[in-house]
Amino acid sequence: MRAAVIVFPGSNREGDMARALARATGHEPAMVWHSQTELPAGTDLVVLPGGFSYGDYLRCGAIAGRAAIMDAVRAHAARGGLTLGVCNGFQILCEGGLLPGVLMRNANLRFVCRMQHLRVERADTAFTSHYRQGQTIEVAIAHGEGNYEADDETIARLEGEGLVAFRYCDSLGRVGGEANPNGSRNDIAGIFSERRNVLGLMPHPENLIDPLVGGIDGRGLFESLAAA
Amino acid sequence: MLEAALAHGLKTEEYERIVALIGRAPSLTELGIFSAMWNEHCSYKSSRIHLRKLPTKAPWVIKGPGENAGVIDIGGGDACVFKMESHNHPSFIEPYQGAATGVGGILRDVFTMGARPIACLNLLRFGRPAHPKTRRLVAGVVAGVGGYGNSFGVPTVGGSTEFDESYDGNILVNAMAVGLARADSIFYSAAAGVGNPIVYLGSKTGRDGIHGASMASASFEADAEEKRPTVQVGDPFSEKLLLEACLELMASGAVIAIQDMGAAGLTSSAVEMGAKGNLGIRLDLDAVPCREEGMTAYEMMLSESQERMLMVLKPEKEKEAEAIFVKWGLDFAIIGKTTDDLRFLVEHKGVVEADLPIKELGDEAPVYDRPHVPTPKAPILDADAIAPARSNREALLALLATPDLCSKRWVWEQYDHLILGNTVRAPGGDAAVVRIRDERKGLVLTTDVTARYCAADPVEGGRQAVVEAWRNISARGGQPLALTDNLNFGNPEKPEIMGQFVGCLQGIGEAARALDFPIVSGNVSLYNETQGTGILPTPAIGGVGVISDVALASTIALPGGGKTILLIGETKGWLGQSLYLRDLSGRRDGAPPPVDLEAEKRNGDFVRALVLERRALAVHDLSDGGLAVALAEMAIAGGVGATIDSLPSGPAHAVLFGEDQARYLVVAEPAEAAAIEADAKAVGVAVLALGATGGNELNLPGEAPILLCDVQHAQQAPLPAYMAGDDSVFA
Repeated sequence: MRAAVIVFPGSNREGDMARALARATGHEPAMVWHSQTELPAGTDLVVLPGGFSYGDYLRCGAIAGRAAIMDAVRAHAARGGLTLGVCNGFQILCEGGLLPGVLMRNANLRFVCRMQHLRVERADTAFTSHYRQGQTIEVAIAHGEGNYEADDETIARLEGEGLVAFRYCDSLGRVGGEANPNGSRNDIAGIFSERRNVLGLMPHPENLIDPLVGGIDGRGLFESLAAA
Repeated sequence: MLEAALAHGLKTEEYERIVALIGRAPSLTELGIFSAMWNEHCSYKSSRIHLRKLPTKAPWVIKGPGENAGVIDIGGGDACVFKMESHNHPSFIEPYQGAATGVGGILRDVFTMGARPIACLNLLRFGRPAHPKTRRLVAGVVAGVGGYGNSFGVPTVGGSTEFDESYDGNILVNAMAVGLARADSIFYSAAAGVGNPIVYLGSKTGRDGIHGASMASASFEADAEEKRPTVQVGDPFSEKLLLEACLELMASGAVIAIQDMGAAGLTSSAVEMGAKGNLGIRLDLDAVPCREEGMTAYEMMLSESQERMLMVLKPEKEKEAEAIFVKWGLDFAIIGKTTDDLRFLVEHKGVVEADLPIKELGDEAPVYDRPHVPTPKAPILDADAIAPARSNREALLALLATPDLCSKRWVWEQYDHLILGNTVRAPGGDAAVVRIRDERKGLVLTTDVTARYCAADPVEGGRQAVVEAWRNISARGGQPLALTDNLNFGNPEKPEIMGQFVGCLQGIGEAARALDFPIVSGNVSLYNETQGTGILPTPAIGGVGVISDVALASTIALPGGGKTILLIGETKGWLGQSLYLRDLSGRRDGAPPPVDLEAEKRNGDFVRALVLERRALAVHDLSDGGLAVALAEMAIAGGVGATIDSLPSGPAHAVLFGEDQARYLVVAEPAEAAAIEADAKAVGVAVLALGATGGNELNLPGEAPILLCDVQHAQQAPLPAYMAGDDSVFA
């Protein structure tokens, strides 16, 4: 598994992501600057990390979604290449036309950083094979604009085609109410593309890879990718 | 020109000193430069003679006060670079930007020295919750602290947020940043070499923040709101780029000296670099990147636009350096050079706007030994003479729901405290623990001060602020190494305020000396006063310690049922200046608890060893609210109840809520607890087994049980409700 992490001005979890990828795959990922136009030869997985690309001063991800490297990312995804976007990366995937919908300001208008339970909606994908379907995992969230929204038709399609990857839930796997930290439609924390080779999610599995630091529930995602 | 000098906040005799120094009347730009260099914020003119008395050295101190931040050796070739700084006045006027740029400024101080920031902490003080401005200020400051740190990408791992009416018109926003560098590659601000280029880096210069440092050096009158234009606007995105570009540039070997443009902007940074390096500086303002057209020399020299740096570069590396900044999309301009004439020469459009002796600008700043009178000693209150306000059960629930003791989760959930993936202990305990890279080693970090103690007895209060930071670190298992301070006081021209300052510094010095806990950096914020009313003396302490293996770091959470709860340290039931007395009886009298420095050291060393030997399952230091509050916090954190069968002798309310110092709660397996008791007695550490953990209730002797869920609710419900607009909370 050869991974490439795209770095935009204002990315700030690229190091966390590189560390998680290196531990799971045994290889340091390539760090690719946004102004490049090509991915390193043989890239299997492209990762858009968290952060505040371009300060989020325009709509989150709007500028990064149009960066020079994004044509190469879109081509990689169109070929069926694995593509992961976390937090700001998810926002960039939506703005870059790789995933439907949009991430709006959290319903309470405040940034939120806390440990958060997620329900794994399916375990038969390249991103989630090391989890069990319906498993409850605990990972970090840290975002001000993670409130997933899309038109009714898109939501119906995501649900109907099984494209919801993770949902916010409580420790017992129950969704809704206070378990939803940001007001996302249908408690959506992450979604797949139609072919399930692109995953965007708001939470940060890359921060949960070490028992000394919060737990290891994020490892499953990287181990799934390493085995893919 | 004297009139102009007075309008700049200079005194008549200070103006006369300037004229005598340069042998003529200064130009307007020169006057601006002097006012920037000689204001309280930059010159420390009221505090300097007292700051000299603080202990600043230890074998592990690499660099003490005088640079952008302090530097200590934490072993393995690593250095920890840290400092705390205030942004009080701007935050009161414009809370979001004021707080945000406070965080930005302190981060810059740390990475200017070549360190990558790995953690932020803060200490916030607001007015009473019922004050009409408080809610808006809390919301704005918290959002601002988070907004900057979150975007910059540094975890905000700890802090302290409290309320008191003395801050109604003058809130405190103190931010601390902690960075990691290699001990052999620290960067300093002293320029070197004649004829080397002076390079301006970062954001463009605008008209924001002009005279910010002067504002920070004056009291507020009723027109505080009108000072809004002096508040800078922060851009964490640019700062993140600046960080990466600076670290890349430092690694390239091009940097001779570096200084961030903080208070008093270009003036202070250029003068400091030259004066420290025994060199003159010649600036050509035509080359300064400006955000707007038509800026005058005066405006450029005094602007406090954020995210800017000044460097002296090796001439042969100029091109390489420029390429790095172009890559990061930042401005890079050569705006001057070093000279051998010890003059500070500023030219703009072919006109010499300033020509001043560079050393004297800093060295000859006035130094005042302001008159000071000691704070009268308050009487020691007899606990027996203080009637219990209500049942101890009710008192505990009421105290947990007070503004100072309630859960601050609403605050710290707005700070990204998990980024970088090294936060071993997050906010909500005694001290934060941050691992270093992938190693076992970690830093143990805290901020603290108990201002009401300082007001009642500045010397004891100063001592207590230091020992509490030391205790917080020790309780986690950390070895305390050094501290930074942010001395927030009122108007130093009033002898009683100056007396508070002198007293607190004496206490801080005594405690720091006794505990081998030197002060390596700091900041002084005076004139925290609005319409003649000063704040409580608030010398904030930021402590840094190290733990060799973060896996050993303690938790405050009760670990489950059937464990023994031990009280370490002596309890006399000291209610004077306690929260029990203030918040339940409305009394602010009495002497604060005395600090026994020997007992602090003995007890702290004992507890730290218990943690590192894995003999303690949970530890919490005792402070505000005393034993009962600490126990409740441990129960809430663990979701486990406790039953207390025996208490130290004395009136129960005094023993439960008194704030005697040098104390900890330690939880251990029963057999281990017996061994700990024996060991404690052998080394003269007071110890008492109080009871056992377990169940879903807190049981205090002679009181009806308190359901754990009620304890939780009491502590956790108030702040979110208050911030949502519920005026019945904290009423």
